[in-house]
Amino acid sequence: MANHGNHAASGAHGHDHGHGGHHDLEALRQMGFWLFLITDCILFGTLFATYIVLHNNTAGGPTASELFEMPGVIAETFILLTSSFTSGLAVLCMNRGNRQGLIGWLAVTAILGAAFIGLEVSEFLKMVDEGAKISTSAFLSGFYTLVGTHGLHVSVGLCWMIALMFQLRKHGITSVTRRKVNVISLYWHFLDVVWIFVFTIVYMMGVM
Amino acid sequence: MAQHPTGHSHDAHAHGDSHESHGSLKSYVIGFVLSLVLTIIPLVAVLNDMVEGTAARVLLLVTAVLQFVVQLFFFMHLREEKKPRWNLMALILGLVIVLTIVIGSIWIMTYNKVA
Repeated sequence: MANHGNHAASGAHGHDHGHGGHHDLEALRQMGFWLFLITDCILFGTLFATYIVLHNNTAGGPTASELFEMPGVIAETFILLTSSFTSGLAVLCMNRGNRQGLIGWLAVTAILGAAFIGLEVSEFLKMVDEGAKISTSAFLSGFYTLVGTHGLHVSVGLCWMIALMFQLRKHGITSVTRRKVNVISLYWHFLDVVWIFVFTIVYMMGVM
Repeated sequence: MAQHPTGHSHDAHAHGDSHESHGSLKSYVIGFVLSLVLTIIPLVAVLNDMVEGTAARVLLLVTAVLQFVVQLFFFMHLREEKKPRWNLMALILGLVIVLTIVIGSIWIMTYNKVA
């Protein structure tokens, strides 16, 4: 219904350069995804609030400055930052109609994302090895929930990105795959923004 | 509905002017360089103890917020959105809720320590 209505309306508005109801539907879908990102912001907001309130309640366990090892975290930060840039380059290639470039930059982004997850998982494993488990203290519960939720988002994004590369190979750049690439690149930039605040509030303020 | 609800309305153009509404290589490179600078400044200043205490916290938060703005403008193209700016409206609503939750929690819990 919405599709039909949009088509009729855009005809009435006299758009003569060839985008009809299908285009408006894709634009609307992208808008819907933006609204999801805003709600995701609120989810992370609650987790940040929890962490900030609880970060001094270490219950005799390790504190932030004893636990965090900055070299790995700094590497994660620059890896994610670069991957946000490369996902932008993928969108640029798409806008030029360059499918190989698009898939290539998405692959680079996914590899950087996988490196980020690898570093994070090894960091978590090392911390658990040292006895800093999620059940050790309120500080660590808040920490693993906040940082783990971000890591989970990145992992989901990775699977999604790989699936999208297969779709692009099969269907090429259509109005549907175009919207999907725009949406995943928004998602990836959003995850980078969340990480900036994890890096600042959890790690930098934890070790200073 | 038909009034192009998002600023990315021109995406579906197959060729031609589509890159105008989705940034150029230049804007992405500027955004990336700014992000790198805004990450390196607090790293160097705080880890070398050039600033401490409240000043360090302020520096960290200011550079983080600036980097958020850089991502919004240079990577997420918020500035290029056409009117009506639904994306911006939704973002402002979300930020109001997030800030209320975070600052409200800190405020309440600071005075919750009954000794």
